[in-house]
Amino acid sequence: MSDLLSDLNPTGVGQSFLSDLKIDELTGHFGQFGGRFVPEALIAALDQLDEAYKFALKDPEFKKELSELHKNYTHRPSIITEAPRFAKHAGGVRIFLKREDLNHTGSHKINNVLGQALLAKRMGKKRLIAETGAGQHGVATATAAALFEMQCVVYMGEEDTKRQALNVARMKMLGAQVVPVKSGSRTLKDAINEALRDWVTNVENTHYLLGTVAGPHPFPMMVRDFHRIIGDEAKAQMLEMNHKLPDAILACVGGGSNAMGIFYPFIQDLSVKLIGCEAAGDGIETGKHAATITGGSPGVLHGMRTYVLQDENGQTMESHSISAGLDYPGVGPEHAYLYESKRAQYLAITDKDAMDAFLLLTRTEGILPAIETAHALAGAIKVGKELAQESSNPSDIHLLINLSGRGDKDVETASRYFGIEI
Amino acid sequence: MLNSKFQLPLDKLFEKAKSENRALLLAYIPAGFPTVEQCKKIISAMIEGGVDAVEIGFPYSDPVMDGPIIQAAAVQALANKVNMEDLFDIAKHTSEIGGTALAMTYWNPIEKYGVDKFVTNAKSSGINAVITPDLTVEESNSWIEMSNQNQLGRVYVVAPSSSDKRLELVSANCRGFVYAASLMGVTGVRSELSQAAEKLVGGIKKYSTEPVCVGLGVSNAQQVAQIAKYADGVIVGSAFIKVIQESKDEAEQISKVRELALELSSGLKRS
Repeated sequence: MSDLLSDLNPTGVGQSFLSDLKIDELTGHFGQFGGRFVPEALIAALDQLDEAYKFALKDPEFKKELSELHKNYTHRPSIITEAPRFAKHAGGVRIFLKREDLNHTGSHKINNVLGQALLAKRMGKKRLIAETGAGQHGVATATAAALFEMQCVVYMGEEDTKRQALNVARMKMLGAQVVPVKSGSRTLKDAINEALRDWVTNVENTHYLLGTVAGPHPFPMMVRDFHRIIGDEAKAQMLEMNHKLPDAILACVGGGSNAMGIFYPFIQDLSVKLIGCEAAGDGIETGKHAATITGGSPGVLHGMRTYVLQDENGQTMESHSISAGLDYPGVGPEHAYLYESKRAQYLAITDKDAMDAFLLLTRTEGILPAIETAHALAGAIKVGKELAQESSNPSDIHLLINLSGRGDKDVETASRYFGIEI
Repeated sequence: MLNSKFQLPLDKLFEKAKSENRALLLAYIPAGFPTVEQCKKIISAMIEGGVDAVEIGFPYSDPVMDGPIIQAAAVQALANKVNMEDLFDIAKHTSEIGGTALAMTYWNPIEKYGVDKFVTNAKSSGINAVITPDLTVEESNSWIEMSNQNQLGRVYVVAPSSSDKRLELVSANCRGFVYAASLMGVTGVRSELSQAAEKLVGGIKKYSTEPVCVGLGVSNAQQVAQIAKYADGVIVGSAFIKVIQESKDEAEQISKVRELALELSSGLKRS
């Protein structure tokens, strides 16, 4: 097996990999990762949320309500598009895109948001707060707040409000209050801190609609469950189209929600390689990156034990990425565990490789991806080439990429990057 | 947890205050704020002004329980590259001048430093107990084991939202005192105290014989007097930090801190 993928799919794991995984559904531990590291003030709210979510999972009424929203509001199921011209640049393997970019609001984020907003409604909470990096989660939350007639406050790092001005305007039009966060590195990490502070203060009437598979239990499991529809649909679609499962699935990983959503239903399918693509920024060696698993170490941040970019004193380090949505020095605890248990692998993709892939998909397929997603596309080029080398017939190799979001919001950043005047 | 009932020097302080019919005054300052040396001088002024015990905070990059005042102080201390050795150094100073040292830190810095090493060094630098605002009892296995072994006190923070079940569990794992957050929110200066604090203290006392100290939002002698009626100690943080931040030079920081400590401690005696 090639160097790149040599760590994948260890021998000796049983048929049922999940039964070997040390995942505790009750406490939210994934091996040594996850759990709850929060002020005691939040425990009651987390318990209430956990109870509401576990009840909802079994409640046919909730399922019906959510699936109607998926169908008639989000426009699910999302389609799968083959990308043959793009695939020529990936060693001639076949590449399939799971089109989460076609969802209402433009990314996978809406799946989780609608689920949690319904839970908030059930818990009688009329105020939604959210953190956002690229603004996609903020837009989705503002959308749900409009739909469910709830109040909405979105915390966004001041730096990100500049990078993603278009999404700030969208949130405001949807009726949300956008609070630029001026503390710390003024990015997603600090927006989460500020949202947690708001939640501690207003927990009685407020639901913190966390946007990724991170934070204290039950968020990582719950957000994963609301996104697994991506993987569930894709599995059925790939089987129907090709009569076999894909050989590898690629997704970008910041906090890791779109990746967990597409990975999760395939965890037991050991023939399917699961590959997360982290943001290497200027390069891991420069220290200016957001590749938490590749370049970080186990620690505690934002209520969970996971991989963290931290210094020798346990202070969180600032992350760097051209993509606001991946610019986060932590990662969902289940990813930390999939990495440690060697069920998934994580590649680090530089800004440059991501931007090349961004333009390549746009030019070859007429699909403008989010810069976050472009990291998965760049990963697919590398993995495709490598797998093709080992194969006598590359076209037998199928890669599934979660096309997690559309790139309209990134037009300004990309124009600046490519020197296009606007 | 049989071996968790070890004695601490802090216990004597609570006993003495009880016999004097007063509450204790606990003051908070982040280690290395505004500098390591000035931090020590400020602690001396706090104690001269009547502060009984000093909570030395370890500044952390992501302090989710802290409001803008303490966040700003932490940013300044972090810019001074404060590390755990500075915290222990300041704790030693506090004990040497006759004060009682406590530490307060978010969990990740302890874990990164090494729980074992932290507990040993904290104990040997005179720290009585450590307040861990984001550590839940459920995640505390190694912490409880090692702090018990080294007879280092453990303080968890409970809040008005805590259920009776949580109060029972959390206070059972405290040694030194129980920290009752007076309100739902982050640290800061509040003009009015919430009614929730007294109820919370009553709730804790149902389950625990540990002293209970109330903090969050306390900033003047009147509030101190109000809390002293029902709690064993009163914790003041942001109000001290604010006068330090607003002082024009180091000398003024010292005199203002002493003044504030004198004012606050005038409210401790139960009439």
